[in-house]
Amino acid sequence: MSATDNMIPAPAVRSKPLIIRHLPYFIGAAVLVALAAGMQFDGYILNILLQATTFSIAVFGLSVVLGLCGQINLAQAAFFGFGAYAVGLGTADLHLNFWLCLVGACAITLIAGAFLGMSTLRLGGHYLAMVTISFQQIVTLVMINAIGVTHGPDGVANIRRPELFQSSQSYLAFCVAMLAIVGYLVWHLPDTKLGRAMRAVRDNELAAGVNGIDVFRTKIYAFGLCALLGGLAGGLFAGGFAYVSPDQFSFAESIVFLTMSLLGGVASPIGSVIGTGLLILIPEWLRFLKSVPGLYLAIYGLFVILIIRFMPDGIWGFVSDAFTRWRAHTKAPPAAAALQLKPATSGGDIVLEVTGLSKHFGGLKAVDGVDIAVKRGGVHALIGPNGSGKTTTLNVLSGLYKATAGRIVLDGTDITNMAPHQRTAAGLGRTFQNIRLFRSMTALENVEIGAERPGNTMIGKGEDALTERAMEALTFVGLGNRANELISSFSYGHQRLIEIARALASNPTLLLLDEPAAGLNSTEKLELHELLKRIAAQGLTILIIDHDMTLVSEAAQHITVLNFGRRIADGESMAVLRHPDVVSAYLGSE
Amino acid sequence: MDLVLQLLFTGIGIGAVYALVALGFVLIFRATNVVNFAQGEFSMVAAYLMVVFSVDLGWPYWLSFLIALAGMALFGVIFNLGVYYPLRNRTYLPVIIATIGASILLSNSVLAIYGPQPQVLQGWFDTPGIQLGPVYLDSQYLLIIGVTILLVLFNFWFFEKTLLGKKLQATSQDKEMASLLGISVSTMIMITFIYSAVLGGLAGILVAPVLFVSIQMGSTIALKAFAATIIGGFGDVAGAIVGGLALGVIETFGAAYISVPYKDGFAFLVLIAFLVFRPQGIFGERVAEKA
Repeated sequence: MSATDNMIPAPAVRSKPLIIRHLPYFIGAAVLVALAAGMQFDGYILNILLQATTFSIAVFGLSVVLGLCGQINLAQAAFFGFGAYAVGLGTADLHLNFWLCLVGACAITLIAGAFLGMSTLRLGGHYLAMVTISFQQIVTLVMINAIGVTHGPDGVANIRRPELFQSSQSYLAFCVAMLAIVGYLVWHLPDTKLGRAMRAVRDNELAAGVNGIDVFRTKIYAFGLCALLGGLAGGLFAGGFAYVSPDQFSFAESIVFLTMSLLGGVASPIGSVIGTGLLILIPEWLRFLKSVPGLYLAIYGLFVILIIRFMPDGIWGFVSDAFTRWRAHTKAPPAAAALQLKPATSGGDIVLEVTGLSKHFGGLKAVDGVDIAVKRGGVHALIGPNGSGKTTTLNVLSGLYKATAGRIVLDGTDITNMAPHQRTAAGLGRTFQNIRLFRSMTALENVEIGAERPGNTMIGKGEDALTERAMEALTFVGLGNRANELISSFSYGHQRLIEIARALASNPTLLLLDEPAAGLNSTEKLELHELLKRIAAQGLTILIIDHDMTLVSEAAQHITVLNFGRRIADGESMAVLRHPDVVSAYLGSE
Repeated sequence: MDLVLQLLFTGIGIGAVYALVALGFVLIFRATNVVNFAQGEFSMVAAYLMVVFSVDLGWPYWLSFLIALAGMALFGVIFNLGVYYPLRNRTYLPVIIATIGASILLSNSVLAIYGPQPQVLQGWFDTPGIQLGPVYLDSQYLLIIGVTILLVLFNFWFFEKTLLGKKLQATSQDKEMASLLGISVSTMIMITFIYSAVLGGLAGILVAPVLFVSIQMGSTIALKAFAATIIGGFGDVAGAIVGGLALGVIETFGAAYISVPYKDGFAFLVLIAFLVFRPQGIFGERVAEKA
């Protein structure tokens, strides 16, 4: 982690445009569409293919919501049914144009999904599971009982297709084309800003929040997108089969979708296609299973338990995991230029002004009327014995706890009532005492999420600029050459550095470090000390909490001491450390 | 007014069943921090066990009852070992999915064996009920309410007054600390699953004569029991009971005054309303994660 490594000027990263890199995919997709249009299938095969294609699109939705964002949706069949009924009732009863109905199907499911998500996504996953099941039940009840609108158990017949794709063969080709396009978007999604945000939310919601991601909104996007894909798939399904009935969209069908997703691999659209294909073909081969009612679903249930137990990443996850490991060791990360930190300077001399800050947990006053003023460009330490309220203060500052009273002003902006991600956008960066990295991502991806902070003026437009910034930050902490490795392969000390790099990449105005030396050995502590000096040398203001008095007394110019939630001393480092109250707080008084 | 009283009685009776199943939910949730989505299938399996012994084999009702409960205890052991225990160190999502898988497996296995026709199980008493003023008190509902009251009292005594109950509480509050104090966490979790399975089974057996014994009875009851836990305040024992009773009453009145086909929908509407306006439920849930 020597400073000289960072000084090598490197050429900027320039990658080929996406469209060229992904050309093989489009060629492959075009061949498939041509095959679907050209080959002569008999009606049975055609139906199976049509079912597999439309189901795959619905399962893509699950790969977004469950695989990328880590949220459960047990009502995908309901959204699928929404889409199918929108197209079915629209074309058969209302004689509307197919395309209009398909767009309507997408819009309705998107709205329904977003609304359902808004009601529940603030709460934990159990609620979501239960609410989606409830939604599924209500939809089924309405489909069966609102006979005037839905025709009840009879279902909707005579659903029309678009003029352009009247023959089954051409309609299949159209569906395959839709599958290819949607599949491309879902495949590419993890590498977009939204996709990274979803992965961050899945891996660690708290860390996502303090890195500038609006967790709630990200979940709603994921949920809405999932519902929309279900609706689109259902619309295509209705057009393909010309007849739909409520039993096709029951809770059992939602479980079938879930099983497909889990079997193939929930993290990738390729897995979705594999899982869907297998679970449509296998029952066709084992038709005798369908002769006993229940047996077939019982086996699905057993499959779910076994897959979760023995193959949590599904078939494709298993394959691609091996590939990622192999690639991480072969693909050398690009060299990076030196990291520039340009903290914003909109406010005055004081970067962070905390007045009368209190946080009470019931009767316990964890933080009680604390004032802190952090000067621009300095290292300010917040110290105190165990239980003195340091970490609580930091959590209130970064918005994980809501202040009971008091005011927090960051660089002239009052952030007291902001959500964590809004504070990050306002210029706050932080690390955690117990490391909170996104564990399924590489070091580089973790830092990229930091760099994507809304309001980061230090990155240009596009993916390349983002990668460049993240590489600079990783190189700054001395880990640039291991950028493409997964978090799990780093030592504890290095994970801490990655967390710091993630905060630095966002170019914060104020960096909050929560016990950065905790758990580090003496060499690592020295390295950390050097790193803090290099950060401070660039003019970034740091507020540090730590127990390590050597680190604190050498790094910080200014110290605030807390005890029992109150400020007992504040001022220039040496003076504070000699203050009798501080000495007695740490060593006890006579 | 007479109708209101009658509906109130029926609502409390059916609500007591939800409360019992909800109690099973809460106990497992507190011990393992995951929701067991196969909780309703516990009731369904127990009801079918009753059908096997009491109807098919023609054994005495009380004997079948005891055997069915013993079967449920064994079932709790198998369920824990097969579904929860292998996943205990993973996050809640895989566990939820596994319990959903188990629920599908159980209900459809029974479907494969017994077919879709609902089975009939007679009530415990020969007397169908008694007329008390304007209200007709169905004997089975009276039994359900009585057993629920007894179980709630037992539950209180067990968790607050016995050493085993206190060990179970300690485990649910802090597993690591409990194990450092010499409590076997896996044994405590096993006991919780057994207790929960028996409780769910009891609810299933009690409600079976009122409803039919069917494949869907488990998921219907479980969904409402879960809604009850949310309405009462997630993870709260008193909340589960109050929520269950409230839901039973709401549903019965909804069916009588608004719509019968949508009877099962009311619980979910109430649930969603609570989630939007008072997600912590009537008694409140403690939700916090340390940063």
